[in-house]
Amino acid sequence: MDKKLQLTILGIAALFLTACGGSEATKPDVEDKSVGTGTSADTGVSGRPLDARTDLLAKRRVYFAFDSSAVDEENRAIVEAHAAYLAANKNIKVVFEGHADERGTREYNLALGERRAQAVERMAKILGLTGDRIKTVSYGEEKPVAMDHSEAAWALNRRVEIIY
Amino acid sequence: MKAVRILLKLILMALLAGHASLASAILTIEITQGVDGGLPIAIVPFDGAGKQQPPQDVAAVIEADLARSGRFTPLDKKFFVSRPSEDRQVVYKDWRIVKAEALVIGNVKPLAQGRWQVEFRLYDIYKEKQLAGYSYVVAGNHLRAVAHQISDIIYEKLTGEPGVFSTRIAYVTREGVVKRFSYKLQIADSDGHNPLNLWTSKEPILSPAWAPDGERLAYVSFEHQRRPTLYLQNVVNGARHRIAGFDGINSAPAWSPDGTKLALTLSRDGNPEIYVMRLSDNALTRLTNHPAIDTEPSWSPDGKEIVFTSDRGGKPQIYRMRADGGKVERVTFEGEYNARASYSADGKMLTLVSGVQGRYHAALLHLHSSVLQVLTDTPLDESPSFAPNGRMILYATDRGGRGVLASVSSDGRVRQLLKLQEGDVREPAWSPFNRSTPTH
Repeated sequence: MDKKLQLTILGIAALFLTACGGSEATKPDVEDKSVGTGTSADTGVSGRPLDARTDLLAKRRVYFAFDSSAVDEENRAIVEAHAAYLAANKNIKVVFEGHADERGTREYNLALGERRAQAVERMAKILGLTGDRIKTVSYGEEKPVAMDHSEAAWALNRRVEIIY
Repeated sequence: MKAVRILLKLILMALLAGHASLASAILTIEITQGVDGGLPIAIVPFDGAGKQQPPQDVAAVIEADLARSGRFTPLDKKFFVSRPSEDRQVVYKDWRIVKAEALVIGNVKPLAQGRWQVEFRLYDIYKEKQLAGYSYVVAGNHLRAVAHQISDIIYEKLTGEPGVFSTRIAYVTREGVVKRFSYKLQIADSDGHNPLNLWTSKEPILSPAWAPDGERLAYVSFEHQRRPTLYLQNVVNGARHRIAGFDGINSAPAWSPDGTKLALTLSRDGNPEIYVMRLSDNALTRLTNHPAIDTEPSWSPDGKEIVFTSDRGGKPQIYRMRADGGKVERVTFEGEYNARASYSADGKMLTLVSGVQGRYHAALLHLHSSVLQVLTDTPLDESPSFAPNGRMILYATDRGGRGVLASVSSDGRVRQLLKLQEGDVREPAWSPFNRSTPTH
C-alpha cells in the first residue's frame, strides 16, 4: 500500500480513537433539566443543549508541543471539563498517563512524559481535585498511538491520556 | 555433535530461571561501509585433519571478525600458493607473493567425548617469525568462542589494542503488533550469534546496563504496576530481583566502575533526580536537587565524576558533577539537544545523542578540546555506547520504519547494521571485556 495512504489511514484511525477514546464512562449522562426544552411557546423559556461540555469530556487526550509540558487554551478546556466532571463524581479516581514522541532519548522522554502528566495533575488540583484521587504515570516514548515517523504522528504521540 | 549441542543448550536453559529461554531470532550483521587499507592478512582454512567435520568453521569466524573490525583486509583464498595447517608447512615466500603482512594457520582435531583440539599460529611475514600460538581443548558448542578469542589475540598482537570479539551485547527486541507487543531482553555474542533471552514482557523494557564483571545487567521494566521499575538480573544463572520500585520513575541505571554502586534516576520526590544506590544494602544518596529534569547518569572510568542529562538550562544538555554530588558544570554547548552521554574506557570522550534541527545523531564529544563530532546522518539515533576498547560505537537507529542496531568506528570509517529478521531491536549495550575462558 502507498505509504502516504497508510499514514493517512493511521492518522484518521488515531483521530477516531481520540474522538471515541472513552467507553461508557466517558459519556456521563447529561440530564436535560431545562424546562420546556425547545421553543415551547407556553413558557417562553428556551433550553440550551449541553453539548459543548459533553464533547470536551469525549476528548481523553491532551496534546503538547515538542519538548514542552505547557497546556494550551484548547487543551486546558479539556482538562477543565474532566476536572468538573470528576468534582461532581467523587468516587472516581483518575490516572494521567504521560507520553512523548520518539525523538530524542528514551530516558529523557520518560522524564518528559512524567512532567506532562504532572502538568495536567497540577491543573486538575487547582480545579479542586484532591491528590489521593490522582495517579500520574509516564511511558515516555514507549507507547506511541501513531506508529509512523512523521510530524503528524509525533504530534499525536506527545500527549497525556486521561484515564478513569 | 548436534545432539550434544542441543543437550548443552537445554542444560543452560534449565539453569536460567523464570522467563529466561533461548531465543530463536538472531541478529545478522551487514557491513554498510568498509574501508580500504586494512592490514592484508592471510587466513588459511583450518585443517579438519579427520573424517569428522567440526561443527564450526573456526577460520571463517576469525576472518569475519577481523574483516568487520575494518582494520584488516583478509586476502582472497584463491590466490594462496600453499595451505599450511602446521608450523613446519609454512613457507614465508609463499605469503610475500600474495602481499600478506600477517598469516594465520591452524587446525581443528576431534577428541573423545565430543571435544575438539584447536591450534592456531600467527606469523609476521616480513620478520619471518611467529607472533602468537595457542592450543585449546573445548566442547563443540564452544568453538565459536575459541574463534573469537583467537581473533582477539590476533587483533591485539597486530594493533596493540585489545580486541572485543569475545565480548557480548545486550539489547531489547519488540515483536508483534500494536497493543500486543512482546518485549524481550536478550544478550548475544558481539557478532549477534548465540542469542539468549533473559526476560520477556508485554510491557516495555529499556536501558540495560552491564555490571563491570559482565555477569549482571541492571535494566528498566514496566511490568510492575505498569511503572518504570529497576531490576537486577544475573546473566549466568538468571536470578532477578527488583532494586527500585518507588512512586514515579525508577530508571537510567549506570554502574560505578568498581561495581559496588548504581547511579540511577528516581522521581519519588516529585521530579527526576540523580541518586546513587549502594548495592550492598540498597542505601540511596541523592546527588542532584533541581526542579529541572536530571537523568541519564554515567560514571567516568576513574569513578570520580558523573555526567548526566539536564534541561536546567532550558534544553537538554550534558552536565558533570563529582560522583558524590556537589557543584554542577555544563559540558555541552554546541547543538540544541545533547543527551544520554557515556564515557569511553580511557575517559577522554563521551558518546551521546546530539540533536540539530530536529534530527538526532550519534556523536562524540572530545572532552579535552570540547569538539563535538557527529558520527551519523540518520535522524532517529538513540542509546549510543562504546565498545570496551573504545574503537566502535553501538547505537539504535531506524531503517525503513524498523528499529535496528548500527555500529560505527570512532573514526567514522567503518559502519555496520545489526538487524532481526522480524521485529524491532533497540537499546543496545556493549558488555565489558569478557575474559572467561571457554576451555572447560
